Amino acid sequence: MKPAPFKYVIARTLDEALAAKAEYGDEARFLAGGQSLVPTMNFRMAMPAVLIDINPLTELSGIKANGVTRIGAMTRYRMLEADAGIGERLRIIHEALPHIAHPQIRNRGTLGGNLSHADPASEMPAIMLALNATLYLRSAKAARQIAARDFFVGALETVIAPDEMLTEIVVPHLPANSGACFMEVARRQGDFAIAGIAAIVTRGADGTCTRARLTYCGVAQTPFYADDAAQSLIGGPVTPAAIKQAAALAMEALDPPGNSHADPSYQRHVAGVLTRRALATAWART
Amino acid sequence: MTDSHTIAVTVNGVRTEKSVEPRLLLSDFIRHELMLAGTHVGCEHGVCGACTILFDGFPTRSCLMFAVQADGHEIATVEGLSKGETLHPLQQAMHDSHGLQCGYCTPGILMTMSAFLDSNPSPDEHAVREALSGNLCRCTGYQHIVDAVLLAAERMRT
Ligand SMILES: Cc1cc2nc3c(=O)[nH]c(=O)nc-3n(C[C@H](O)[C@H](O)[C@H](O)COP(=O)(O)OP(=O)(O)OC[C@H]3O[C@@H](n4cnc5c(N)ncnc54)[C@H](O)[C@@H]3O)c2cc1C
Ligand code: FES
Ligand code: FES
Repeated sequence: MKPAPFKYVIARTLDEALAAKAEYGDEARFLAGGQSLVPTMNFRMAMPAVLIDINPLTELSGIKANGVTRIGAMTRYRMLEADAGIGERLRIIHEALPHIAHPQIRNRGTLGGNLSHADPASEMPAIMLALNATLYLRSAKAARQIAARDFFVGALETVIAPDEMLTEIVVPHLPANSGACFMEVARRQGDFAIAGIAAIVTRGADGTCTRARLTYCGVAQTPFYADDAAQSLIGGPVTPAAIKQAAALAMEALDPPGNSHADPSYQRHVAGVLTRRALATAWART
Repeated sequence: MTDSHTIAVTVNGVRTEKSVEPRLLLSDFIRHELMLAGTHVGCEHGVCGACTILFDGFPTRSCLMFAVQADGHEIATVEGLSKGETLHPLQQAMHDSHGLQCGYCTPGILMTMSAFLDSNPSPDEHAVREALSGNLCRCTGYQHIVDAVLLAAERMRT
Protein backbone atom coordinates (compact mmCIF):
# COMPACT_ATOMS: atom_id res chain seq x y z
CA MET A 1 0.00 0.00 0.00
CA LYS A 2 0.95 3.63 -0.15
CA PRO A 3 1.25 6.10 2.72
CA ALA A 4 -1.50 8.66 3.32
CA PRO A 5 -0.64 12.27 2.42
CA PHE A 6 1.30 14.28 4.98
CA LYS A 7 3.09 17.59 5.30
CA TYR A 8 6.87 17.31 5.10
CA VAL A 9 8.96 19.59 7.27
CA ILE A 10 12.72 19.38 6.96
CA ALA A 11 14.59 20.42 10.10
CA ARG A 12 17.98 22.03 9.50
CA THR A 13 18.75 22.60 13.19
CA LEU A 14 17.71 21.00 16.48
CA ASP A 15 15.88 24.21 17.44
CA GLU A 16 13.87 24.09 14.21
CA ALA A 17 12.93 20.46 14.83
CA LEU A 18 11.85 21.15 18.41
CA ALA A 19 9.89 24.26 17.39
CA ALA A 20 8.03 22.25 14.75
CA LYS A 21 7.24 19.49 17.26
CA ALA A 22 6.02 22.10 19.78
CA GLU A 23 3.74 23.50 17.07
CA TYR A 24 2.28 20.22 15.74
CA GLY A 25 2.52 18.00 18.86
CA ASP A 26 0.84 14.61 18.52
CA GLU A 27 -0.02 15.28 14.86
CA ALA A 28 3.65 15.11 13.94
CA ARG A 29 6.28 12.40 14.04
CA PHE A 30 10.01 12.73 13.73
CA LEU A 31 11.40 10.89 10.71
CA ALA A 32 14.73 9.33 11.72
CA GLY A 33 15.88 6.21 9.83
CA GLY A 34 12.29 5.51 8.87
CA GLN A 35 12.89 1.76 9.21
CA SER A 36 10.01 1.33 11.65
CA LEU A 37 7.92 4.38 10.81
CA VAL A 38 7.74 4.04 7.01
CA PRO A 39 6.57 0.38 7.02
CA THR A 40 3.73 1.33 9.38
CA MET A 41 2.86 4.30 7.15
CA ASN A 42 2.90 2.07 4.05
CA PHE A 43 0.36 -0.15 5.81
CA ARG A 44 -1.53 2.96 6.98
CA MET A 45 -1.24 1.75 10.53
CA ALA A 46 0.30 5.17 11.12
CA MET A 47 -1.03 8.25 9.34
CA PRO A 48 0.81 11.22 10.83
CA ALA A 49 -0.32 14.58 9.45
CA VAL A 50 3.22 15.94 9.60
CA LEU A 51 6.67 14.39 9.33
CA ILE A 52 9.62 16.33 10.71
CA ASP A 53 12.71 14.99 8.96
CA ILE A 54 15.63 15.06 11.39
CA ASN A 55 18.14 13.38 9.08
CA PRO A 56 19.96 16.67 8.38
CA LEU A 57 20.77 17.08 12.11
CA THR A 58 24.40 16.00 12.03
CA GLU A 59 24.73 17.50 15.52
CA LEU A 60 22.72 14.48 16.76
CA SER A 61 24.92 11.96 15.01
CA GLY A 62 28.15 10.60 16.44
CA ILE A 63 29.86 8.72 19.24
CA LYS A 64 32.07 10.35 21.89
CA ALA A 65 33.85 8.70 24.79
CA ASN A 66 35.19 10.49 27.87
CA GLY A 67 34.60 8.38 30.97
CA VAL A 68 31.17 7.53 29.54
CA THR A 69 30.11 6.90 25.94
CA ARG A 70 27.74 9.49 24.49
CA ILE A 71 25.78 8.40 21.44
CA GLY A 72 23.74 10.93 19.45
CA ALA A 73 20.16 9.86 18.76
CA MET A 74 20.69 10.02 14.96
CA THR A 75 23.70 7.70 15.08
CA ARG A 76 22.96 4.91 12.60
CA TYR A 77 23.51 1.24 13.47
CA ARG A 78 26.15 1.16 10.73
CA MET A 79 28.19 3.81 12.58
CA LEU A 80 27.96 1.88 15.84
CA GLU A 81 29.14 -1.27 14.05
CA ALA A 82 32.14 0.57 12.61
CA ASP A 83 33.18 2.26 15.87
CA ALA A 84 36.28 0.66 17.38
CA GLY A 85 35.75 2.40 20.74
CA ILE A 86 32.38 0.71 21.17
CA GLY A 87 34.04 -2.62 20.34
CA GLU A 88 36.59 -2.02 23.06
CA ARG A 89 34.49 -0.54 25.83
CA LEU A 90 30.94 -1.77 25.14
CA ARG A 91 31.47 -4.93 23.16
CA ILE A 92 27.99 -6.22 24.02
CA ILE A 93 26.59 -3.57 21.65
CA HIS A 94 28.66 -5.03 18.82
CA GLU A 95 27.56 -8.51 19.80
CA ALA A 96 23.89 -7.52 19.48
CA LEU A 97 24.01 -5.40 16.29
CA PRO A 98 24.22 -8.25 13.74
CA HIS A 99 20.96 -9.60 15.18
CA ILE A 100 19.12 -6.40 14.22
CA ALA A 101 17.47 -6.73 10.83
CA HIS A 102 19.79 -6.73 7.80
CA PRO A 103 22.72 -4.64 6.58
CA GLN A 104 20.43 -2.49 4.38
CA ILE A 105 18.24 -1.64 7.39
CA ARG A 106 21.26 -1.02 9.62
CA ASN A 107 22.61 1.44 7.06
CA ARG A 108 19.63 3.68 7.79
CA GLY A 109 18.14 2.83 11.21
CA THR A 110 19.22 4.95 14.18
CA LEU A 111 19.71 4.17 17.86
CA GLY A 112 17.42 7.05 18.85
CA GLY A 113 14.66 5.92 16.49
CA ASN A 114 14.96 2.38 17.72
CA LEU A 115 14.68 3.31 21.41
CA SER A 116 11.84 5.79 20.74
CA HIS A 117 9.95 3.13 18.81
CA ALA A 118 10.23 0.80 21.86
CA ASP A 119 9.46 -2.48 20.14
CA PRO A 120 9.39 -5.06 22.96
CA ALA A 121 11.22 -7.63 20.78
CA SER A 122 13.98 -5.17 19.93
CA GLU A 123 17.54 -5.76 21.09
CA MET A 124 18.86 -2.28 21.94
CA PRO A 125 16.25 -1.41 24.59
CA ALA A 126 17.30 -4.52 26.56
CA ILE A 127 20.99 -3.68 26.05
CA MET A 128 20.53 -0.07 27.20
CA LEU A 129 18.66 -1.32 30.25
CA ALA A 130 21.46 -3.78 31.05
CA LEU A 131 24.07 -1.06 30.58
CA ASN A 132 22.15 1.36 32.80
CA ALA A 133 22.08 4.03 30.09
CA THR A 134 20.63 7.50 30.60
CA LEU A 135 18.42 8.98 27.88
CA TYR A 136 18.45 12.72 27.23
CA LEU A 137 15.17 14.31 26.16
CA ARG A 138 14.71 17.85 24.84
CA SER A 139 11.74 20.06 24.05
CA ALA A 140 11.69 23.67 22.89
CA LYS A 141 11.22 24.68 26.53
CA ALA A 142 13.12 22.17 28.64
CA ALA A 143 15.59 19.31 28.88
CA ARG A 144 15.48 16.25 31.10
CA GLN A 145 17.32 12.99 31.66
CA ILE A 146 15.75 9.66 32.33
CA ALA A 147 17.15 6.25 33.22
CA ALA A 148 16.58 3.54 30.60
CA ARG A 149 14.76 1.66 33.32
CA ASP A 150 12.07 4.39 33.55
CA PHE A 151 11.91 5.15 29.81
CA PHE A 152 9.91 2.19 28.47
CA VAL A 153 6.31 2.06 29.70
CA GLY A 154 4.67 -0.45 27.35
CA ALA A 155 4.79 -2.01 23.91
CA LEU A 156 5.69 0.84 21.52
CA GLU A 157 5.26 3.27 24.42
CA THR A 158 7.80 5.49 26.15
CA VAL A 159 7.76 8.53 28.43
CA ILE A 160 8.60 10.86 25.50
CA ALA A 161 6.06 13.73 25.61
CA PRO A 162 4.40 15.03 22.39
CA ASP A 163 6.75 18.03 22.28
CA GLU A 164 9.92 16.09 23.13
CA MET A 165 12.77 14.48 21.23
CA LEU A 166 15.30 11.90 22.35
CA THR A 167 18.61 13.60 21.61
CA GLU A 168 21.34 11.54 23.23
CA ILE A 169 22.05 8.24 24.91
CA VAL A 170 24.73 8.22 27.59
CA VAL A 171 26.20 4.85 28.49
CA PRO A 172 28.43 4.38 31.55
CA HIS A 173 31.42 2.07 31.10
CA LEU A 174 31.50 -1.24 32.92
CA PRO A 175 33.55 -1.60 36.11
CA ALA A 176 36.88 -3.45 35.83
CA ASN A 177 36.66 -7.26 35.64
CA SER A 178 33.20 -7.20 34.12
CA GLY A 179 31.99 -9.62 31.47
CA ALA A 180 29.00 -9.13 29.22
CA CYS A 181 27.18 -11.29 26.71
CA PHE A 182 24.21 -10.92 24.38
CA MET A 183 22.45 -13.90 22.86
CA GLU A 184 19.15 -14.42 21.11
CA VAL A 185 17.06 -16.99 19.30
CA ALA A 186 15.14 -15.88 16.21
CA ARG A 187 13.58 -17.90 13.41
CA ARG A 188 15.90 -16.42 10.80
CA GLN A 189 18.96 -14.20 10.81
CA GLY A 190 17.69 -10.64 11.29
CA ASP A 191 14.21 -11.50 12.47
CA PHE A 192 12.89 -10.10 15.72
CA ALA A 193 13.86 -12.29 18.68
CA ILE A 194 11.72 -15.08 20.12
CA ALA A 195 13.79 -14.34 23.21
CA GLY A 196 17.05 -12.50 23.77
CA ILE A 197 19.20 -11.79 26.81
CA ALA A 198 21.85 -9.36 27.89
CA ALA A 199 23.91 -10.60 30.83
CA ILE A 200 26.52 -8.49 32.61
CA VAL A 201 28.48 -9.65 35.66
CA THR A 202 31.42 -8.25 37.61
CA ARG A 203 34.01 -10.33 39.45
CA GLY A 204 35.34 -8.92 42.73
CA ALA A 205 38.93 -9.25 44.02
CA ASP A 206 37.90 -12.31 46.10
CA GLY A 207 36.46 -14.08 43.05
CA THR A 208 32.82 -13.55 43.96
CA CYS A 209 30.23 -11.77 41.86
CA THR A 210 29.80 -8.17 43.00
CA ARG A 211 27.37 -6.87 40.39
CA ALA A 212 24.95 -8.56 38.00
CA ARG A 213 22.36 -7.44 35.47
CA LEU A 214 20.08 -9.64 33.42
CA THR A 215 17.72 -8.12 30.87
CA TYR A 216 15.57 -9.68 28.16
CA CYS A 217 13.94 -8.73 24.89
CA GLY A 218 10.95 -10.34 23.22
CA VAL A 219 9.45 -11.81 26.37
CA ALA A 220 7.36 -8.95 27.84
CA GLN A 221 5.64 -5.70 26.84
CA THR A 222 8.85 -3.80 27.61
CA PRO A 223 12.47 -4.89 27.89
CA PHE A 224 12.49 -7.00 31.02
CA TYR A 225 14.86 -6.64 33.97
CA ALA A 226 15.17 -9.85 36.03
CA ASP A 227 16.02 -8.28 39.37
CA ASP A 228 15.77 -11.28 41.68
CA ALA A 229 17.69 -13.54 39.35
CA ALA A 230 20.51 -10.97 39.08
CA GLN A 231 20.57 -10.37 42.85
CA SER A 232 20.82 -14.11 43.52
CA LEU A 233 24.26 -14.16 41.89
CA ILE A 234 25.80 -11.52 44.11
CA GLY A 235 28.08 -12.58 46.97
CA GLY A 236 29.26 -15.90 45.56
CA PRO A 237 31.19 -17.20 42.56
CA VAL A 238 29.12 -17.75 39.43
CA THR A 239 29.18 -21.54 39.54
CA PRO A 240 27.03 -23.83 37.37
CA ALA A 241 24.70 -24.25 40.37
CA ALA A 242 24.39 -20.47 40.85
CA ILE A 243 23.70 -20.06 37.14
CA LYS A 244 21.02 -22.75 37.25
CA GLN A 245 19.34 -21.05 40.19
CA ALA A 246 19.43 -17.63 38.52
CA ALA A 247 17.93 -19.09 35.34
CA ALA A 248 15.15 -20.73 37.35
CA LEU A 249 14.38 -17.41 39.08
CA ALA A 250 14.33 -15.58 35.76
CA MET A 251 12.00 -18.13 34.21
CA GLU A 252 9.69 -17.81 37.19
CA ALA A 253 9.59 -14.02 36.90
CA LEU A 254 8.86 -14.05 33.18
CA ASP A 255 5.34 -13.96 31.83
CA PRO A 256 5.93 -13.99 28.07
CA PRO A 257 3.05 -12.99 25.81
CA GLY A 258 3.75 -15.53 23.05
CA ASN A 259 3.69 -14.66 19.37
CA SER A 260 3.03 -16.33 16.03
CA HIS A 261 6.33 -18.22 16.16
CA ALA A 262 6.46 -19.26 19.81
CA ASP A 263 3.91 -19.90 22.53
CA PRO A 264 4.58 -18.53 26.04
CA SER A 265 5.97 -21.80 27.45
CA TYR A 266 8.45 -22.12 24.58
CA GLN A 267 9.53 -18.49 24.99
CA ARG A 268 10.08 -19.08 28.71
CA HIS A 269 12.07 -22.23 27.97
CA VAL A 270 14.28 -20.42 25.42
CA ALA A 271 14.81 -17.57 27.89
CA GLY A 272 15.95 -20.07 30.52
CA VAL A 273 18.42 -21.80 28.21
CA LEU A 274 19.78 -18.46 27.01
CA THR A 275 20.16 -17.27 30.61
CA ARG A 276 22.37 -20.23 31.43
CA ARG A 277 24.50 -19.91 28.31
CA ALA A 278 24.86 -16.12 28.44
CA LEU A 279 25.72 -16.06 32.14
CA ALA A 280 28.39 -18.73 31.74
CA THR A 281 29.89 -16.81 28.80
CA ALA A 282 29.71 -13.44 30.56
CA TRP A 283 31.40 -14.84 33.68
CA ALA A 284 34.12 -16.46 31.58
CA ARG A 285 34.76 -13.01 30.08
CA THR A 286 35.28 -11.27 33.45
CA MET B 1 -2.94 18.76 0.77
CA THR B 2 -0.67 18.05 -2.12
CA ASP B 3 2.18 20.34 -1.28
CA SER B 4 5.02 19.50 -3.60
CA HIS B 5 8.76 19.84 -3.26
CA THR B 6 11.39 20.26 -5.92
CA ILE B 7 14.27 17.86 -5.48
CA ALA B 8 17.62 17.53 -7.21
CA VAL B 9 18.96 13.97 -7.20
CA THR B 10 21.97 12.41 -8.85
CA VAL B 11 20.90 9.07 -10.29
CA ASN B 12 23.58 6.78 -11.73
CA GLY B 13 25.79 9.83 -12.09
CA VAL B 14 23.21 12.04 -13.81
CA ARG B 15 21.64 14.97 -11.99
CA THR B 16 17.85 15.29 -12.33
CA GLU B 17 15.35 17.76 -10.95
CA LYS B 18 11.73 16.81 -10.30
CA SER B 19 8.81 17.99 -8.31
CA VAL B 20 7.42 15.39 -5.88
CA GLU B 21 4.61 14.96 -3.40
CA PRO B 22 6.02 14.16 0.10
CA ARG B 23 4.31 10.77 0.34
CA LEU B 24 5.89 9.46 -2.87
CA LEU B 25 8.12 6.53 -1.95
CA LEU B 26 11.64 6.60 -3.35
CA SER B 27 10.96 3.20 -4.97
CA ASP B 28 7.94 4.60 -6.84
CA PHE B 29 9.87 7.73 -7.78
CA ILE B 30 12.60 5.60 -9.34
CA ARG B 31 10.15 3.37 -11.19
CA HIS B 32 7.37 5.75 -12.20
CA GLU B 33 9.03 9.17 -12.45
CA LEU B 34 12.51 8.19 -13.59
CA MET B 35 11.16 5.19 -15.53
CA LEU B 36 13.93 2.97 -14.19
CA ALA B 37 11.95 -0.21 -13.71
CA GLY B 38 14.98 -2.35 -12.83
CA THR B 39 14.38 -1.56 -9.16
CA HIS B 40 11.64 -4.00 -8.12
CA VAL B 41 8.99 -3.69 -5.43
CA GLY B 42 7.99 -6.82 -3.54
CA CYS B 43 6.69 -6.13 -0.06
CA GLU B 44 6.87 -2.40 0.64
CA HIS B 45 7.78 -2.97 4.25
CA GLY B 46 11.48 -3.59 4.17
CA VAL B 47 11.50 -7.37 4.30
CA CYS B 48 12.15 -8.70 0.79
CA GLY B 49 15.04 -6.54 -0.45
CA ALA B 50 13.87 -6.37 -4.08
CA CYS B 51 13.90 -2.54 -3.93
CA THR B 52 17.48 -2.24 -2.65
CA ILE B 53 19.45 0.65 -4.20
CA LEU B 54 22.60 2.48 -3.15
CA PHE B 55 21.87 5.70 -1.28
CA ASP B 56 25.07 7.73 -1.00
CA GLY B 57 26.88 4.46 -1.65
CA PHE B 58 25.14 2.35 1.00
CA PRO B 59 22.62 -0.41 0.17
CA THR B 60 19.24 0.91 1.30
CA ARG B 61 15.58 -0.06 1.00
CA SER B 62 14.05 2.41 -1.46
CA CYS B 63 10.54 1.43 -0.25
CA LEU B 64 11.38 2.79 3.21
CA MET B 65 12.39 6.27 2.12
CA PHE B 66 10.47 9.14 0.61
CA ALA B 67 11.67 10.64 -2.66
CA VAL B 68 11.81 14.08 -1.05
CA GLN B 69 14.53 12.77 1.28
CA ALA B 70 16.78 12.13 -1.71
CA ASP B 71 17.18 15.87 -2.38
CA GLY B 72 20.91 16.57 -2.66
CA HIS B 73 21.84 12.91 -2.47
CA GLU B 74 23.21 10.25 -4.81
CA ILE B 75 21.35 7.15 -5.89
CA ALA B 76 22.65 4.15 -7.80
CA THR B 77 20.29 1.61 -9.34
CA VAL B 78 20.87 -1.63 -11.22
CA GLU B 79 20.70 0.26 -14.53
CA GLY B 80 24.04 1.88 -13.67
CA LEU B 81 25.88 -1.30 -12.78
CA SER B 82 27.21 -2.39 -16.17
CA LYS B 83 29.77 -0.38 -18.14
CA GLY B 84 27.92 -0.02 -21.43
CA GLU B 85 27.76 -3.49 -22.95
CA THR B 86 30.19 -4.94 -20.39
CA LEU B 87 28.43 -6.51 -17.44
CA HIS B 88 29.62 -5.89 -13.89
CA PRO B 89 31.65 -8.96 -12.76
CA LEU B 90 28.83 -9.88 -10.39
CA GLN B 91 26.26 -9.70 -13.19
CA GLN B 92 28.47 -11.90 -15.36
CA ALA B 93 28.98 -14.38 -12.50
CA MET B 94 25.22 -14.52 -11.83
CA HIS B 95 24.78 -15.41 -15.48
CA ASP B 96 27.56 -18.01 -15.46
CA SER B 97 26.46 -19.66 -12.18
CA HIS B 98 22.73 -19.62 -12.94
CA GLY B 99 22.15 -17.26 -10.00
CA LEU B 100 18.67 -16.33 -11.14
CA GLN B 101 15.48 -17.90 -12.38
CA CYS B 102 12.54 -15.48 -12.52
CA GLY B 103 14.88 -12.56 -11.80
CA TYR B 104 12.54 -10.66 -9.51
CA CYS B 105 15.02 -10.56 -6.63
CA THR B 106 18.06 -10.06 -8.84
CA PRO B 107 18.37 -6.25 -8.98
CA GLY B 108 18.20 -6.00 -5.18
CA ILE B 109 20.74 -8.78 -4.82
CA LEU B 110 23.09 -7.17 -7.34
CA MET B 111 22.97 -3.82 -5.55
CA THR B 112 23.45 -5.39 -2.12
CA MET B 113 26.21 -7.79 -3.08
CA SER B 114 28.18 -5.49 -5.42
CA ALA B 115 28.53 -3.06 -2.50
CA PHE B 116 29.40 -5.98 -0.22
CA LEU B 117 32.19 -7.09 -2.58
CA ASP B 118 33.59 -3.56 -2.72
CA SER B 119 34.18 -3.64 1.04
CA ASN B 120 34.83 -7.42 1.35
CA PRO B 121 37.03 -8.55 -1.55
CA SER B 122 37.76 -12.01 -0.06
CA PRO B 123 34.60 -13.19 1.68
CA ASP B 124 33.99 -16.76 2.80
CA GLU B 125 30.70 -18.53 2.18
CA HIS B 126 29.37 -17.73 5.65
CA ALA B 127 29.95 -13.99 5.19
CA VAL B 128 28.24 -14.11 1.79
CA ARG B 129 25.19 -15.85 3.24
CA GLU B 130 25.00 -13.36 6.09
CA ALA B 131 25.21 -10.42 3.69
CA LEU B 132 22.45 -12.02 1.59
CA SER B 133 20.14 -12.41 4.57
CA GLY B 134 18.19 -9.26 3.74
CA ASN B 135 17.24 -10.39 0.23
CA LEU B 136 14.57 -13.00 -0.34
CA CYS B 137 14.69 -15.26 -3.37
CA ARG B 138 11.80 -17.67 -3.86
CA CYS B 139 13.29 -19.51 -6.84
CA THR B 140 16.93 -20.45 -6.55
CA GLY B 141 17.39 -21.80 -3.04
CA TYR B 142 20.29 -19.31 -2.80
CA GLN B 143 23.05 -21.83 -3.51
CA HIS B 144 23.71 -20.54 -7.02
CA ILE B 145 23.62 -16.94 -5.85
CA VAL B 146 26.25 -17.74 -3.22
CA ASP B 147 28.32 -19.49 -5.91
CA ALA B 148 28.00 -16.42 -8.14
CA VAL B 149 29.15 -14.00 -5.43
CA LEU B 150 32.16 -16.17 -4.60
CA LEU B 151 33.01 -16.50 -8.30
CA ALA B 152 32.70 -12.74 -8.80
CA ALA B 153 34.94 -12.15 -5.78
CA GLU B 154 37.58 -14.45 -7.23
CA ARG B 155 37.44 -12.78 -10.66
CA MET B 156 37.52 -9.29 -9.18
CA ARG B 157 40.66 -10.14 -7.18
CA THR B 158 42.63 -11.28 -10.23
C1 LIG C 1 12.76 -5.89 7.77
C2 LIG C 1 13.04 -5.24 9.08
C3 LIG C 1 13.55 -6.01 10.11
C4 LIG C 1 13.80 -5.44 11.34
N1 LIG C 1 14.32 -6.22 12.32
C5 LIG C 1 14.62 -5.68 13.53
C6 LIG C 1 15.20 -6.45 14.57
O1 LIG C 1 15.45 -7.64 14.43
N2 LIG C 1 15.45 -5.83 15.75
C7 LIG C 1 15.19 -4.50 15.95
O2 LIG C 1 15.46 -3.98 17.01
N3 LIG C 1 14.68 -3.74 14.98
C8 LIG C 1 14.38 -4.28 13.78
N4 LIG C 1 13.84 -3.48 12.80
C9 LIG C 1 13.53 -2.07 13.11
C10 LIG C 1 14.76 -1.19 12.98
O3 LIG C 1 15.66 -1.49 14.01
C11 LIG C 1 14.46 0.32 13.02
O4 LIG C 1 15.55 0.96 12.43
C12 LIG C 1 14.35 0.99 14.35
O5 LIG C 1 13.44 0.27 15.16
C13 LIG C 1 13.79 2.39 14.23
O6 LIG C 1 14.82 3.32 14.02
P1 LIG C 1 14.68 4.43 12.89
O7 LIG C 1 15.80 5.34 13.05
O8 LIG C 1 14.50 3.77 11.59
O9 LIG C 1 13.36 5.18 13.38
P2 LIG C 1 12.05 5.68 12.61
O10 LIG C 1 11.38 4.57 11.92
O11 LIG C 1 12.37 6.90 11.83
O12 LIG C 1 11.19 6.14 13.87
C14 LIG C 1 10.57 5.22 14.75
C15 LIG C 1 9.64 5.99 15.70
O13 LIG C 1 10.40 6.76 16.64
C16 LIG C 1 10.13 8.15 16.49
N5 LIG C 1 11.44 8.81 16.61
C17 LIG C 1 12.52 8.60 15.82
N6 LIG C 1 13.58 9.29 16.28
C18 LIG C 1 13.16 9.95 17.38
C19 LIG C 1 13.81 10.81 18.32
N7 LIG C 1 15.12 11.12 18.20
N8 LIG C 1 13.07 11.32 19.34
C20 LIG C 1 11.76 10.99 19.48
N9 LIG C 1 11.10 10.18 18.63
C21 LIG C 1 11.79 9.65 17.61
C22 LIG C 1 9.49 8.30 15.13
O14 LIG C 1 8.66 9.44 15.08
C23 LIG C 1 8.74 7.00 15.01
O15 LIG C 1 7.53 7.07 15.69
C24 LIG C 1 13.56 -4.05 11.55
C25 LIG C 1 13.06 -3.26 10.52
C26 LIG C 1 12.80 -3.84 9.28
C27 LIG C 1 12.25 -2.99 8.19
S1 FES D 1 9.88 -3.77 -1.58
FE1 FES D 1 11.34 -2.81 -0.33
S2 FES D 1 12.05 -4.42 0.87
FE2 FES D 1 10.43 -5.38 -0.21
S1 FES E 1 15.11 -15.67 -9.04
FE1 FES E 1 13.00 -15.65 -8.65
S2 FES E 1 12.93 -14.68 -6.72
FE2 FES E 1 15.03 -14.94 -7.02
